[in-house]
Amino acid sequence: MSIVEKGQVMTANRLRDGEVVFLTRSGVWKEQIDEAVLALEPQATAALEARAVADEKATLVTGPYLFDAERVEGYIRATHMRERIRTLGPTVRLDLGKQADGTVGAFAFKDA
Amino acid sequence: MYRYDEFDHQFVRERTSQFRDQANRRLSGELTEEEFRPLRLMNGLYLQLHAYMLRVAIPYGTLSSKQMRKLAYIAEKWDRGYGHFTTRQNIQYNWIKLDDTADILAALAEVEMHAIQTSGNCIRNVTTDHWAGAAADEIADPRPVGELLRQWSSLHPEFSYLPRKFKIAVTGAPNDRAAVKVHDIGLRMHKNDAGAVGWEVLVGGGQGRTPMIAVTVRDFLPEKELVPYIEAIMRVYNLYGRRDNKYKARIKILVHEIGAEKFKAEVEAEYAKQPNQTTEVEAKELERIAAYFAPPQFEKLSRFAPAFEEAKRSNPEFARWARNNLAAHRVDGYTIVNISLKPEGGIPGDATADQMRVMADLAERYSYDELRVSHPQNIILPHVKKEDAYAIWQTLVPVELATANYGLAGDIIACPGMDYCSLATARSIPISQAISRKFADLDVQEKIGPVKINISGCINACGHHHVGHIGILGLDKKGEEFYQITLGGSSTESASIGSILGPGFAGHEVADAVEKILSTYVDLRQPGEEFLATYRRLGPNPFKEALYATA
Repeated sequence: MSIVEKGQVMTANRLRDGEVVFLTRSGVWKEQIDEAVLALEPQATAALEARAVADEKATLVTGPYLFDAERVEGYIRATHMRERIRTLGPTVRLDLGKQADGTVGAFAFKDA
Repeated sequence: MYRYDEFDHQFVRERTSQFRDQANRRLSGELTEEEFRPLRLMNGLYLQLHAYMLRVAIPYGTLSSKQMRKLAYIAEKWDRGYGHFTTRQNIQYNWIKLDDTADILAALAEVEMHAIQTSGNCIRNVTTDHWAGAAADEIADPRPVGELLRQWSSLHPEFSYLPRKFKIAVTGAPNDRAAVKVHDIGLRMHKNDAGAVGWEVLVGGGQGRTPMIAVTVRDFLPEKELVPYIEAIMRVYNLYGRRDNKYKARIKILVHEIGAEKFKAEVEAEYAKQPNQTTEVEAKELERIAAYFAPPQFEKLSRFAPAFEEAKRSNPEFARWARNNLAAHRVDGYTIVNISLKPEGGIPGDATADQMRVMADLAERYSYDELRVSHPQNIILPHVKKEDAYAIWQTLVPVELATANYGLAGDIIACPGMDYCSLATARSIPISQAISRKFADLDVQEKIGPVKINISGCINACGHHHVGHIGILGLDKKGEEFYQITLGGSSTESASIGSILGPGFAGHEVADAVEKILSTYVDLRQPGEEFLATYRRLGPNPFKEALYATA
């Protein structure tokens, strides 16, 4: 049984195209959750928040917020279904969203 | 055929170029999101779970083939090859980019379409009977009145900042298919003994977190008084409607807080105050608008179409589709074709660009170039010769548009739910898919008969669950999706709000629960009795017992 780390991930929509993005350690917003920072402590979430506010002002992203997530076997997964759907795509259209390009294999929705 | 007038043309073009400028200013940082948000919403652009979502207005659900083809084009060029027809007779695209949006609006403007008044605290796109101008039971086409109200209310300065959004529905038929009793204002056409036409005015209906049935404030209002009278209603609402609490701001709360009688008295007092009825509509203006909806030049046909009857005799699958998906037209030899957007296991209301084009082609060839979007999320060809129905069906079959379940258990209304919507608390589409698969056998659906199953993914009730015969509401219980079932709702002239049957269910249990409810009904019904009638006769107890007692 692997150790599960619980924390928070900063997400937003990219302003220009609305794409769901996650804040990574390098400070770049990426489309895949796997590269996101999983903030485990208040200082870490505060740093993510500061960055998000600045990047929103800089018109990179819109509507940033933190959501609960966990690291399982090296992969980050959203705790709640709503955020899982944002990180993967619609559960009813497995051919659409981030899940469609096959880079989120670890926690993909299974075909019904 | 409905068209825009010259004012609209200029106005929509101006609005598109304004939006292009606003979007550019947002992208450059000149506008903050807070400043930009109301501007984009006024143009139908939302931010949803995966991307921006564009909601395009389809007034009265009426489309030409050219417009439908443009919708297909937009789906392919700027979205992911499909669109979602909504319970407000509109279409939504789910994967829109902000920097494409002005181009999309410009493309829409080319075919007299736009996304104005699909959002915001204004009078929204007026909705109506999807069989308007075609139905056999209709007194008259209600769309001219809808259009009159649209022209009057569009960007009306006095009513652009209402306490909350405002939805008007109109019907010209005694059998209400426009759900007028669950709208802020509902208008029902009546004919009196002298043969004159007037309008019943209903106010204060609605769904959402506080579902209510509208009350009648006038039984028979002459058509020319509609605008000034509705103006009086709007003024009373604008004055007394609550602005302190978003959830108590709809007119239904006002009507029910002060009481129907007091509300009515306020409206009548306001109406009497108008010194000169400057907004009373002149007959020639009504005629001008009615001309936009002039019926096609129908041919004189026999009621009996031998080729149609022969096709039904020789092809049982076609016969089944004809039985379920065709409706009585007011002109002999014609029929209304209801194209189900509810294939087994499909996503209610979704259509691919290819499917849109097939439907557009069929409309052009067989339905006087006209299509309709219905609030139960299907597409209608309103004016089809019976003798053409077989050819239409043959064209629909290979593109999965010939499901013969119109009005049956598989014809489910479902909002996008948590698969797409940022407000949703649970998914709705997978629930509808599970139910649809459970009743995949059309023999079973036909045996059950007409039933409306409506699913919403949150209390805002876009999936009309309150007025479903069987309503399903998806909620979040400690981070898990769960579903409440209500029974006995209806959106027709005998409208009612469904009652919660008992404790909720996990998502995977819902389809089984629906099956139990329907098999209980089949066991208990009297000959010819539809689901809703049985429920109203027996009440919830037999259904409760079937669902909960055996546990």
